[in-house]
Amino acid sequence: MRIVAENLTFTYNKKSKFAVDALKDVSLTIEEGSFFGIIGHTGSGKSTFIQHLNGIIPVSAGKLTVGDINLADKKKIVKKRYKELRSKVGMVFQYPEYQLFAETVFEDVAFGYRNFYPNSTQEEVKRAVFNALSMVGLVHDCINKSPLDLSGGQKRRVAIAGVLVSNPEVLVLDEPVAGLDPIGKNELMKMLHSLHGSGAVKTVIIVSHDMDEVCENCTDVAVFSEGKIVFSGKPKDVFRRSEEMNGLRLGVPVTGYLIDELKNIGVQIDSDFTREDFAKKIADYYKNIK
Amino acid sequence: MGMCVIINVMQAIEFKNVSFGYGDTDSRQEVLKNLTLTIKQGSFVALLGRNGSGKSTCARLINGLLTPNEGTVTVFGMDTRDKKNLFEIRKRAGMVFQNPDNQQIASIVEDDVAFGPENIGVPREEIKKRIDYALKATGTEEFRHSEVARLSGGQKQRVAIAGAIAICPDILILDESTSMLDPKGRKEVIEVVRALNRERGMTVIDITHYMDEAVEADEICIMGDGVILAQGSPSQIFAQRDIIMASGLELPVPARIADALKKEGLPLPDGILTKEELSKSLCELLQKI
Amino acid sequence: MLSDVTFGQYYQADSFVHKMDPRVKILLLIAYIVMVFVAKTFLGLFATLIFLLVTVVASKVPIGSVLKSIKAILFLVVFTAILNICFYSPKNGDTHLFWVVYTEGLISAGFLALRLVSLVMGSAVLTLTTTPVSLTDGIESLLKPLSLVKFPVHDLALIMSIALRSIPTLANETERIINAQKARGAEFDSGNIIKKAKALIPVLIPLLISAFRRGDELGDAMDARCYSGSKVRTKYKKLTLTFRDLVATLVVAIAITGVIMLNAYDAQIMLMLAKIWG
Repeated sequence: MRIVAENLTFTYNKKSKFAVDALKDVSLTIEEGSFFGIIGHTGSGKSTFIQHLNGIIPVSAGKLTVGDINLADKKKIVKKRYKELRSKVGMVFQYPEYQLFAETVFEDVAFGYRNFYPNSTQEEVKRAVFNALSMVGLVHDCINKSPLDLSGGQKRRVAIAGVLVSNPEVLVLDEPVAGLDPIGKNELMKMLHSLHGSGAVKTVIIVSHDMDEVCENCTDVAVFSEGKIVFSGKPKDVFRRSEEMNGLRLGVPVTGYLIDELKNIGVQIDSDFTREDFAKKIADYYKNIK
Repeated sequence: MGMCVIINVMQAIEFKNVSFGYGDTDSRQEVLKNLTLTIKQGSFVALLGRNGSGKSTCARLINGLLTPNEGTVTVFGMDTRDKKNLFEIRKRAGMVFQNPDNQQIASIVEDDVAFGPENIGVPREEIKKRIDYALKATGTEEFRHSEVARLSGGQKQRVAIAGAIAICPDILILDESTSMLDPKGRKEVIEVVRALNRERGMTVIDITHYMDEAVEADEICIMGDGVILAQGSPSQIFAQRDIIMASGLELPVPARIADALKKEGLPLPDGILTKEELSKSLCELLQKI
Repeated sequence: MLSDVTFGQYYQADSFVHKMDPRVKILLLIAYIVMVFVAKTFLGLFATLIFLLVTVVASKVPIGSVLKSIKAILFLVVFTAILNICFYSPKNGDTHLFWVVYTEGLISAGFLALRLVSLVMGSAVLTLTTTPVSLTDGIESLLKPLSLVKFPVHDLALIMSIALRSIPTLANETERIINAQKARGAEFDSGNIIKKAKALIPVLIPLLISAFRRGDELGDAMDARCYSGSKVRTKYKKLTLTFRDLVATLVVAIAITGVIMLNAYDAQIMLMLAKIWG
């Protein structure tokens, strides 16, 4: 599913004195198969943008198509289409563990499946739940536990499984690693990569504040500021604009900082900003001058 | 200065053979096991460890929100198990929690900051001075009459710090206070806390998952499974790669880049932790020739 | 965004009424209510309404906002009016119109409706010109004498204050959970009432769990900030009476006297008015 936004604009509390322009003329294409990073400060419009992708916030101005669904076309969007959209665009909100409610892990994960496919048999539900749990790397013996008895990291996995259960093509995650410890973070990112790599989920979109994380993980990036997209493209092309990124107080990955510092002493390094590539390019340079 | 200057010189906090578990005696799950730890007055200590390693329990034992099942916790020599000490201990050890939305009592910033001083019976005129001081030290003067609900996460946490330091504590405990903030908010909070440590000699205990935050502490304590696995300066701690890995932590990003560079054969010095250090070494190395 | 519910009623403006001491405002509202009940005739009620109109003008609150408050109780007004018309017990000499309806019944129903509307609009002026926070402060201060008889005034005020400040947090949380469950295919606006109520379970349970967790953490945060009840507690916010409050009190006193006079001399005034119009 390709996602195309054209001049998407949205204002909160339109008529009140607290009116806030959350999105202003946002145009962005997210190709199928990408691992897309969305960067920006709190209040930059990124959350508003992603909530448009599954129709939680309806399009009020501009265009948005997700796959073959035209979200700006108000007449043809009937409820069925919204449901179909939400089953195909899975959305994991911040701290998703706070949405768990059922008595058992099984029931909680099954919630989404039963909503999307109300006529499914118990056998189908079971298969979908087991499949989703294995996608997030949880063993099946937790299915009868109360989700409240699990550890923080496990709860988050259960919540993500609850979204994966409808087999979405696009998975959107708003700061998926917030609050996790370093190992928890690494494991979760690894899990997202294996979902993406195996094709279980075609497109992954993450909202992140961590430039190093985005740089190491994403194929494409869009930078939001004050409701607009300031840059988008490959991480390499975005992080090259270190002056602007620092100006926005977002900063660049550590490798970007080092490349700038080296440039100041006349050493030009052309890297894609990942640690591995950076180390290689520096080593090449070192060997050359030696 | 003037207000709330700290002059004592002694051990601020001492844990002696502390064991603690939640639940009843027979079904108790041990969180801390025979833990011993001292924290010097005026130091900036980062407490690291996986989720569930007992860091937050430690924090709550310091100001008597919890009391040990065995062993003793003393704050400036006062035993936390003695109920008579609790008030005094909490006056001297302020705490800021993780969730910016779960620690404000009043709707308006200045009323919220006033809550602590009101509780310890500070006279009205003096409370006003303390609010002035606390808002200034946290850079939140401009929000004095604002609704807390309208502030950003970083601003809310700075107001929470203002609320804690309005009691004039000697110790400030941050229980993952930056974990729900974006980098901008995190930076705001850390700058405020660092200034309190440097300029006013406040002892700071920062429980965090961010290695770049820990690198700038005076001392790092690593916890795992209810015990202290290592304690020392950041360079000492991060030199022990095996302990870092075993305790589920990671090296700061610059140290990981330095490792990658060394693997490629670059002769970089050991112990690089910050991006400034790495940049300096790299520039020297590549410029030399 | 739901978080804006905090502002619900309050209309921000810089006016005489806004600046008054909340305690005085609460007491004067009570006085106004007495005034509305003292007025026995239409003339008296009109006089109180004129007084209210003057207050509204002085408060710089648009009259529309005050009138809006009636909308919420419109049903109640109409309902009581109809009851009054239907159950009117006619006296000798009343004019029978049709069925059970008498002219006097209509008049008395109209009078009651007008009285109800005056009451609601008066209260609206208080909530429109006073923030919930200072309203709480005012109530706490007014109830203070009750603490002599061991009534927990301070705790009550603290509970109210925390409840007030939790509204935006919980409103945001509710919105977030609703959105998260919508993303999992939940629907909240379809089906019959039972189905709709059932659909709320996935929202209410997480909300409840989170409210308990928040309460727990807030309790710790209060302990950490040396909260120990009201024993040694001092108070930062002090309400002070000003000249303004004195003026307002005098005005209300005059208005009440006026209404009482109107009651007593109603017949004479009516006669006089009739004479003037010839």
